Amino acid sequence: MSEHPILVGFDGTDAAHRAVKFAGIRAEAEGCPIHIAYILEWSPYSFLSAQELEERHQRRSEELVRAESTLNPALEILKNKNIKVTYEVRYGHSGELMCKIAKEQQATQIIIGRKGGSALGARLLGSLALTLVQAAPLPVTVVP
Amino acid sequence: MFSSKWIPASVAGVAILFYAQLAQAQESGMDKAINETIAPISNVIAGAIFYSVSIGDIEFPLIVGWLVLAATIFTLYFGFVQFRMFGHAIALVKGDYSNPDDAGEVSHFQALTTALSGTVGLGNIAGVAVAISIGGPGATFWMILAGLLGMASKFTECTLGVKYRNEYPDGRVSGGPMYYLTKGLSEQGKPGLGRILAIVFSICCIGGAVGGGNMFQANQAFQQIVNVTGGEQSFIANSGWLFGLIMAAIVGMVIIGGIKSIAKVTEKIVPFMAVIYMVSGLIIIGMNIEHVGDAFYRIFDGAFTGAGVAGGTVGALIQGFKRAAFSNEAGIGSAAIAHSAVRTKEPITEGYVALLEPFIDTVVICTMTAVVITISGQLQTDLTGVELTSAAYATAFTWFPLVLAVAVVLFAFSTMLSWSYYGLKAWTYLVGEGKGKEMIFKGFFCLCVILGASMNLGPVIDFSDAMIFAMALPNVIGLYFLMPVVKREANQYWQKIDRGEIRKVKDIEAESARAR
Repeated sequence: MSEHPILVGFDGTDAAHRAVKFAGIRAEAEGCPIHIAYILEWSPYSFLSAQELEERHQRRSEELVRAESTLNPALEILKNKNIKVTYEVRYGHSGELMCKIAKEQQATQIIIGRKGGSALGARLLGSLALTLVQAAPLPVTVVP
Repeated sequence: MFSSKWIPASVAGVAILFYAQLAQAQESGMDKAINETIAPISNVIAGAIFYSVSIGDIEFPLIVGWLVLAATIFTLYFGFVQFRMFGHAIALVKGDYSNPDDAGEVSHFQALTTALSGTVGLGNIAGVAVAISIGGPGATFWMILAGLLGMASKFTECTLGVKYRNEYPDGRVSGGPMYYLTKGLSEQGKPGLGRILAIVFSICCIGGAVGGGNMFQANQAFQQIVNVTGGEQSFIANSGWLFGLIMAAIVGMVIIGGIKSIAKVTEKIVPFMAVIYMVSGLIIIGMNIEHVGDAFYRIFDGAFTGAGVAGGTVGALIQGFKRAAFSNEAGIGSAAIAHSAVRTKEPITEGYVALLEPFIDTVVICTMTAVVITISGQLQTDLTGVELTSAAYATAFTWFPLVLAVAVVLFAFSTMLSWSYYGLKAWTYLVGEGKGKEMIFKGFFCLCVILGASMNLGPVIDFSDAMIFAMALPNVIGLYFLMPVVKREANQYWQKIDRGEIRKVKDIEAESARAR
């Protein structure tokens, strides 16, 4: 039994659901909780038009509601297992924020999904998996 | 910046030659009819707003004095806030004080850059050239001084913009002079005066938006395209309506069709253009490093001796003040609309951030243009306006006029988008919100793009420029009444900082980490 959770990165894709499923199995085996982090990519230094500034607060509220409903199927996957599940939706840079949340939650490991695609594509676009493998202060499992 | 800003100069009889050349447009029958109808009204209004007194040989528009006087009063009243709080402003923009839980909301940086995109434009390129070709290099000194003073005006109006903004139940935020004039003055027991000032402001703002913020931009962008494609012989020289139609279609797609991608692309390119402009300027200064000392000598010498300038010191001073006031819009009230959407509990923080705006616009970008022109030696030619800037940059990079043309079109486009929003806010303040009402304004706005590009609408443009500066009349009167409110905001904010209630995020995080 451990109090320290497994941190799962979530973005609503199929890969993220596979990661949640895999994390469920691991958590059951170790008897530890799961913390799901849904990060909405955001930079405070991006440019917005005046119209977007006006609507930003409204859009943000809508995005948070939508994110919660996207999370539901994932929570459904873990429902019948005997695991404590918590989650949060945050704005920011996904790589930095995952590491920060891992520290806040005192997680033991990070599990994320990978969309697949070519190695070249991942290198050019830069993926969360690569960032975390390079930068995370704790073990990272990437679920294909 | 904002090209219209130097046309008021022409109203004052300053840039007539340049303007005549730019507006050598097509005199058509309809054009004439519109001019003849509008001219008498326009002349009266423009004449009143730009009422000038003669100092020596130079006409000094009183509205410029009104803006510089206001900036000086705010500077003294707030104890040189623009210098004392400069560092704090940078810390706020960097997000040092931003609550991480507010990620996803409008940041100080975003409010600042959006407001800047409405003011940085052709004025920084062409307007400065007009100023120093008439006022000599010495005008630069006075321009910088007025820019520094203007920071205090921006600080005052943007603090009030946030303090008295409207937050609607659906989460939208709307602010600007019309709200602080009504709400702020009614708090002081003057609801009638506040309402009148707000209505006058809104009417002027609509006029300024379709005129200086739209028709003039379209007109200038088209002229610049004609210039780089061969001047009068250009294949599009007589197709202003076609250029206007294309421009209107693109503007319409963004403001009516809600196609964000176009705006997004522009917004990515505009800062890039600004960077190219700045870097090229720095390279030219670097290449001529041995002349820089001399350039600054001429700037200071010209400022106090007025050497070789019509009107001497006073002439240089007037040109510099005029350029700064017309270029950074401090005291006009437009920026308060853009700044008011920021997510903060402390209105004063946005005021501090906003004071960076005239600094970037006038003290950095305009000064760069002035220095490049001064060291390029092109000042001795007969050129003025954007052609002078173009020629100055071309002494180092022959391809630069082409880049400048693209930059001018993009700056014009982004200025139009900003002003379409300012105008719309003023319009909905007057007539109320509603899809239909908004559509009327947006449709009219697009129509004005075509008119602006295709016609020689001197009187219409004079009129709308007058309207932009007329915004400063109700706005500054309101600011005088409301400046004690800003002072109270500042005092309570610094008390919170002193008590440790407001701290840098990294200090809070470090402390909670220690606690753990």
